[in-house]
Formats: sequence, C-alpha cells, structure tokens
Amino acid sequence: MADVQFRFRDDEPVADPAVTVDAFGDQTNASAVRLEPGDDAAALIPHLERLRLVEVNFPVWTDGRGYSAARTLREAGYTGELRAVGDVLIDQLNQMRRCGFDSFAPSHELDADDAAAAFARWPHVYQATGDGRPAIWALRHAQ
Amino acid sequence: MYKYDSYDQAMVDARVAEFRDQTRRRLEGHLTEDQFRPLRLMNGLYLQLHAYMLRVAVPYGTLSSAQMRMLGDIADKYDRGYGHFTTRQNIQYNWIKLEDAPDILADLATVEMHAIQTSGNCIRNISSDQYAGAVADEIVDPRPYAELLRQWSSFHPEFLALPRKFKIAVIASETDRAAMRLHDIGIKLVRNAAGELGAAFYVGGGMGRTPMIAPLIREFVPLDQLITYSEACLRVYNRHGRRDNKYKARIKILVHELGKEEYTRQVEAEFAHLLNQDIEPPLAELARIKAQFVDPPFAAGLPDAVDRSDPDFALWVDRNTLAHKAPGYAVAVVSLKPVGGIPGDATADQIRLMADLAREYSFDELRVTHAQNIVFPHVRKADLHALWSKLEAAGLGTPNLDQIGDIIACPGLDYCSLANARSIPVAQKISERFAANGKQDAIGELKLKISGCINACGHHHAGHIGILGVDRKGTENYQLLLGGSEGADCSLGTITGPGFSEDGVVDAIEKATDLYLEQRQDGERFLDTFRRIGMAPFKDKIYG
Ligand code: SF4
Repeated sequence: MADVQFRFRDDEPVADPAVTVDAFGDQTNASAVRLEPGDDAAALIPHLERLRLVEVNFPVWTDGRGYSAARTLREAGYTGELRAVGDVLIDQLNQMRRCGFDSFAPSHELDADDAAAAFARWPHVYQATGDGRPAIWALRHAQ
Repeated sequence: MYKYDSYDQAMVDARVAEFRDQTRRRLEGHLTEDQFRPLRLMNGLYLQLHAYMLRVAVPYGTLSSAQMRMLGDIADKYDRGYGHFTTRQNIQYNWIKLEDAPDILADLATVEMHAIQTSGNCIRNISSDQYAGAVADEIVDPRPYAELLRQWSSFHPEFLALPRKFKIAVIASETDRAAMRLHDIGIKLVRNAAGELGAAFYVGGGMGRTPMIAPLIREFVPLDQLITYSEACLRVYNRHGRRDNKYKARIKILVHELGKEEYTRQVEAEFAHLLNQDIEPPLAELARIKAQFVDPPFAAGLPDAVDRSDPDFALWVDRNTLAHKAPGYAVAVVSLKPVGGIPGDATADQIRLMADLAREYSFDELRVTHAQNIVFPHVRKADLHALWSKLEAAGLGTPNLDQIGDIIACPGLDYCSLANARSIPVAQKISERFAANGKQDAIGELKLKISGCINACGHHHAGHIGILGVDRKGTENYQLLLGGSEGADCSLGTITGPGFSEDGVVDAIEKATDLYLEQRQDGERFLDTFRRIGMAPFKDKIYG
C-alpha cells in the first residue's frame, strides 16, 4: 500500500484498512472503504455518518470515473477524508483536488516541487465544483 | 465578438505556463511518452506520420482580423508557410516541432487564442452555425450560449478523462448548418409555447464507425439551467460510458445500449440533484456575454443592387454569397477548394490577406466553416466587387460553394497515422474531373465528403456523396456512399456496393451524377433525386 504523500486535513488519519464496497456493507463497524472505478459511490450515501475515509482507486489515470465518484460523495455531504490512490500523477492533482479529494497516495512518489506547482497552477476556476473556490462567473458578478 | 477579460486571459496564460512545464518535463525525461501523450493531446498536439500536428481552437468558428493574422504568422514562423482549416472549424499545422509548441501557444495567447482541449478524451471546442449573427433565419445568435459552454467546459475537472472525446454544437435556426444531430450533444435554441427562450437537447449523435443521429432527450431546458443540464448529461456518461472498448466508448453507444428513455431518466435524476448544487452561472453572466455579440453598426439605406457587368464576378456572387439579415449587406464565402487544390489549405499570405480584407470589408470578423471554407459575414454589397477582385488575385475566388468541387476531405494517409487511404488526391481528381467535363454547374448543390478511414473526420456518412477509404489486402480502396445529409433533414449515407480504386471511384461518381442529370425533376438536388428513386438505379448505372 502506497503512502499518503499529500494531505490537506488537520485531523488524525484513519488507521483502519479500507475495505471493499461489498465488505463495507457487511461490516457495520468499518469506517474506511475503497471504491473501484466501477463501484457506485451513491451506494455509500446511506452510511456517510460512520465513514471517515474513502479511498478512490485510479488503476489508470485515464479512467476518470473516480472524479464523478468524488463529487457525488461531497455533494451528498461527506466531510471525511477522500483519498485518491493508484495512478495519481502530477498533472491530475489539481483536478482531483477540485473534485473534492483531500489526500493523495500515488503509487509512485511524485516530485514535490512539481506537485506544489501543480496544486497552485490555476489562478481562478471556471466551474463551481463545491471545493470552496468561487467560479469566475461568481467573481464577475460579486457585487 | 467575445473579448477576454482579465480572468479569461489569466486562465489561458496559466495554461501556456503549464504546458511549457509539461514539455520541459518531457524533454528532460521526467515524463514518459505514454504519460505525456494525453497531456499534449489536451493541448491539441498530435504525433502524425512525419511530424507533430498542432490543432488550434477557433471557438464556434469565429475569428477577428488580428487572430487570423496571427494564424498566418504562425504558419510562416513555425510551419511550412500554410495552415489547414478543419471540419471542426479549427486550424491545424502539420509540421510542428515539439520544442516550439509552448512558444506557439504563447503567441496565440496574445490574441486570445489557445489549443485547449482540441484533442483528447475531453469536451472539445464547441462548434456552431458559421453564419450566426448574419442571417435572418436564426431566433437568436447561438454564439453567446456556445461561449458560456466554452468557459464551463474549459478545464472542467470532472470531465478531463472521459471514456472518449466529446463534441458539442449549438445552433438557433431550423436550417441546421452545423450538423448538430451528429454531435455528442446537439443544442438547438428554441422558444416554448410561452415564447421563452430555452434549449432543446439532442444527445448521442456522431459519425465514426457507428454513425448515429442524436435523439431528442429534452424539448426545453430553461436558459438558467443550461450548464446544470449539460453537467448532468456528462456525469451520466462519465460514470457509465463504456471503457472496455474504445470503439464503443462514445456517448452514442451508451444512449443506444441503455435506450434513450433510460439514459434520459438517469440524466433527469442527476439533473434534479445538481439543481441544488449551485453550479449554474447567473443569467447576468449570459447577459454579459451576449452584450459582446451585438450586431456591428450596420449602415442604413445602402443599395441592394450589385453591378453584374463582369461575368466572372456575377458568377461568384451567385455561387458564393448569401442573403444577409441587414439590407445592403451580404455574407460572402471564400472557397478553399480551388480546382486540384488541397481542401481547407491556405498559405500564410492568403490567411493574412483574408485578415486584412475582413478588417476592410467585414467589421473585422471572419468565420471558419465545417466545410473548410472562410466566411466574411458582413460585407456591403457595394464592396463585393472590390473584395472579390482582391480574393481572385490571390487565388481565393473559386466560385464553387456547395458544388461538387467544394469537397470536404480529411488529411488522410498523406498526414494521418490512422488512415487507411489517401483522401487529398481523390479530392483533387474529382475536382479536376468535374472542372474539365463542365458538369459542375449543371449538377448544382452536391455535398461530397471524403474520409481516409472509418473515424470519419471527413464526415463521409453525411455527404450527399460520401467516400470512405479502406484498406483492402494492403491496397487503398474506396467505398462509395449515397444519400447522406447533415442538415435539418439529417440522414446517413448508404454504401453502393463493392469498393473502387482511386480512379474507379471518380468514374463511379461521374456515372452517379450522370444518372441524376437524366432523372432529376424540376428543381431537385442530387440528394432529392436519390431519395425519390432510391439506390437501385444508381447501382445499375455504377456497376452495370
Ligand atoms: S478520418 Fe481517419 S484518416 Fe481521416 S483524419 Fe480522421 S483518423 Fe485520419
């Protein structure tokens, strides 16, 4: 299991191992779950209050289903840790963050300077994605 | 025309910096070609047979003179002195060096242009009606809505790794000049019974190896829910579009496999949820954009008469100009299809000349059409002769708009690494044949489209006559299709039968058009005659 390389939270990391969605349904005390690309994130919505960590796996970064999974969870009110794992690369860090991920465990360690530049890349954003950043249209019509 | 504000400029500048950094990491070996490939594709940079190709976005096909001039300068500075206008209303340069690409993007950014998402599995450049804002049959100018969608789709973080590429077109008239229903999403602006403006959504059209005409999934989306509805359509696709087979990954397959009703049900459920997420720009934003698309200051009281004493000029006026909504003005189209030429190609000098002429005669504005031609949208009729004279002197006066010589052709095997056959030489032979035999005029409107492989970049399914290059036991072979249309009467062409050699397909087309000339009834176009009499007589004529 790769280490968490970037984390944008102050709370203590969850120690429990993340279980599969199927196992999570059976283990009523589990607080960490791992979503694969084909899993339906909405299935977790009834269990949000006991969830503290959701890992979303990107087996290959070109499979973008995990982005929708992340937003679905955040839009449903999930506030726990949302971790991108697997084929997490420099050039996807920013868009992952925008979709609600707040921790990152890339399978290969990333260059820290390149990653910092990537997280800081965009001065503004065009869309409202629930990540707290105001869209450009909101800034234009602020007053 | 839309002008960037400081936000838009900052985003494009940030993109240039990002790509410069990515290119540096690639050249220094920190990124493998596999990792770099999708990143350069998001910036329109393809590796072709001989060199890199850069595809520059021309949002909804609209260009200012300054932008057009820059396109000419880039052709000189970084390419071999020409550019190629594409069926996506964009421009491509075929001889680019990787090291130069960041500088080209920086040059483009100085004139509010970019190559963002002109390739890759993301939402591509938004296309629209090439005559928007100039013709009388539109209910509104569709471009402000396309611009709203451009901003929403640019760097949309959820939709940068879709199952496959995603194309959106926006129109606002009954006459569909943008092949709207052959897009992943086709948006048609409409009025409802109460007279309010909204958008009809057609989802799941496309060409490629499984061509489909998009079904209507919602008759009316209110203007203040346009983005939210689009986002719902995309989210359902991103989650459920097929990723196991790239040939089945377009949204048309999802809509087809789920069925229109089930896809629509899922979109509506997602839409209901997203309506509570505050993702829609306020109507004030649409108003801000619309204010930048107001009509140019048309002069009143201009004469409508055109001096037709020069027969060559009169011919060009008849062929290549259209009625404008303002009295005394015309829409003038430059055909980039000279006899024997490469469809869509223009030299750097020609591009700069068109930039200058647009400044002088067309309120600083040009359009690129999906038929690979250039439009001067607002020309005084009194200026047409002067405009034509200068175009003609530069080899840009070909009078063949929408005729058999006005061929759409993809780059094909001369450039494209996916091609099975060459497209350009076939186009050249056809235009030469019909120029020599003198039948082009008699035939009238005939849309001929050529693709070098099943990916259908040349839109062959939608041609009145379509040609598809295939590989038959290692030799180039051409299938012939008849009866396609991209307009409001959208239809897909049918294959005539066994394929042909390069010369054979030209002969077959001449036979098909001869049959049309024998059989047509008053006023019928080739397409109309084909629809009336059907395939059988054409088969007999071609193969008999
Ligand atoms: S249709 Fe095929 S050959 Fe032509 S440009 Fe597209 S991919 Fe290349």
